[in-house]
Amino acid sequence: MGYRLSKDGLNAVLAEFSRHYKLYAPHRFPYQGEHSDTDSIRYAEVKTVDEIELGEKSSHTFKEALIPISETLFFFTEDNIKESDPVHTGAIIFLRSCDLHAVKRLDEIYLNNGADDYYYKRLRNNVKFVLLGCSSPFENCFCVDMGTNIINEYDASLDVRDGQYYVDCKASDWNSLFQNHAEEILDVVPSHVDKTPTRVSLPDTNTIDTVTVIKSSMWDEYDSRCIACGRCNCSCPTCTCFTMQDIFYTDNGRVGERRRVWASCMVDKFTDVAGGGSYRNRYGERMRFKVLHKVVDFKQRFGYQMCVGCGRCDDVCPEYISFSHAVNKLSKLSKEGRKQ
Amino acid sequence: MSLNEYVPFLSKILSVQKHTDIEYTFRMAYEGSVNPGQFFEVSVPKFGEAPISICGYGDGYVELTIRRVGKVTNEIFEHYEGDSLFLRGPYGNGFDLDEYRGKELVVIAGGTGLAPVRGVIDYFASNPDQVKNLKVIAGFKSPSDILFFEDIARWKKTSQVILTVDCGEADFECHIGFVTEHISKLKFADESNAVAIVVGPPAMMRFSTLELLKMGFEEENIWISLERRMCCGIGKCGHCKINDVYVCVDGPVFNYTKAKNLID
Repeated sequence: MGYRLSKDGLNAVLAEFSRHYKLYAPHRFPYQGEHSDTDSIRYAEVKTVDEIELGEKSSHTFKEALIPISETLFFFTEDNIKESDPVHTGAIIFLRSCDLHAVKRLDEIYLNNGADDYYYKRLRNNVKFVLLGCSSPFENCFCVDMGTNIINEYDASLDVRDGQYYVDCKASDWNSLFQNHAEEILDVVPSHVDKTPTRVSLPDTNTIDTVTVIKSSMWDEYDSRCIACGRCNCSCPTCTCFTMQDIFYTDNGRVGERRRVWASCMVDKFTDVAGGGSYRNRYGERMRFKVLHKVVDFKQRFGYQMCVGCGRCDDVCPEYISFSHAVNKLSKLSKEGRKQ
Repeated sequence: MSLNEYVPFLSKILSVQKHTDIEYTFRMAYEGSVNPGQFFEVSVPKFGEAPISICGYGDGYVELTIRRVGKVTNEIFEHYEGDSLFLRGPYGNGFDLDEYRGKELVVIAGGTGLAPVRGVIDYFASNPDQVKNLKVIAGFKSPSDILFFEDIARWKKTSQVILTVDCGEADFECHIGFVTEHISKLKFADESNAVAIVVGPPAMMRFSTLELLKMGFEEENIWISLERRMCCGIGKCGHCKINDVYVCVDGPVFNYTKAKNLID
């Protein structure tokens, strides 16, 4: 069912949601951007529609609501272990089509690759999604080429036009709530983009000669351009890696906790093994590993592309390295490799 | 709700065998079936977890050879006596003994690489009728680095064992030189049907497999085991990924036909 709501009407719906759910949405943090006098847009808990940034792309994603940056798994006191409580027992995440496609990738790793992840599952089972329509593409987006510009599986959608809010509700138990606060009942189709200025051409993962690609000199430029800061991984909606970390409390050394924290394949120590061994010490090798993971390896393993084309890695890179350029260079290289 | 794989269980240390100053084998209480070459995540709360491969198993126990080289393993060495460790696992595929039954088998191990294959060697050395013959090359840096000396002596009763050290003095028990130098000295009835397991440092595995191929071994008859950083053991944390493979769930044991194309 589709609805048109005024701001007050939508706020009434959000207030009702807030009684049962935490609401995670893109939020503008004034003057917190990486350059002076710029804002930062990232996810936060919100209560009203004014707190939701509907006009711009967030530099960081919803994934914190499913895989917290630092997540305590359990506490230990001497030889006893107590499991942590979940950070929420119900959440509604407001996100764009590319990000909703990214959820499928997170599910793939955390629920299908090897054993179920208990901590992911307990959050994921209680999450609902509100799709934010995209009326025009943002800078660096290439969702159309990744096939992630449209999605039909959501609990509700939200578009704003001329101060009015348009909702397509698919969660049947929400319909009466929207209806009670709606100005009008009508058919609503969430907006989406059909083309983006940034284009990528993807390598054919069936015919790509991975060994040649890995040994290619195309990765060398990143040895000096990349500074291995890992911002690309932190802003990526599909990056899932983490590192285990144990801490104990300084006031009582017999008590502590085990956490997992986000990890980045671009940052030092990611591959370190005990005794001093490590792999991919050159930054270009790490860039190659990341790019191939996003547009080759994952597809070879799971049958579809990992990258969703949100372009955030390009948005946040302090060295202005473009992932989409790297993908295009990779495609060119893999085509040339086949001709030879 | 699914099982919480991350919560470890407490396992009592039954005994400790000291090989060198920095390498001990811990016999840990464990009920359940395991494959040689699988691994456990071993942890000391407050210090962290480390993946440790199974080097032996029996009724009610598994054995883990731990090398004192990191934060977690340091702590284990400091405070193990009469104590317990936290374990979770076993994880990974391990070696499939059926692949080697009825064949000429050679196991080539370098340093701590002997630990994950010790279970395989032990099995076939104790059941020599299940292979055509068993040959073992075990290499260590120096005589004081040798692991499982007593096991090696026992294996010699039923199989050909070449124990070698990179440097030191040769004697009746021990040769000098890298493992690769000894591979070509082995005699096989039929190299193209013989099977091999190679485990050790990356360079040692690379040159040993090349030597075997040169001798006429088929790629599909060679297996290796990889060591990578692993924080979860269940395909999530991403540290052990190479190409489209997660070493923790798809390995750590790989056939050479797959392993040869894995580039970190």
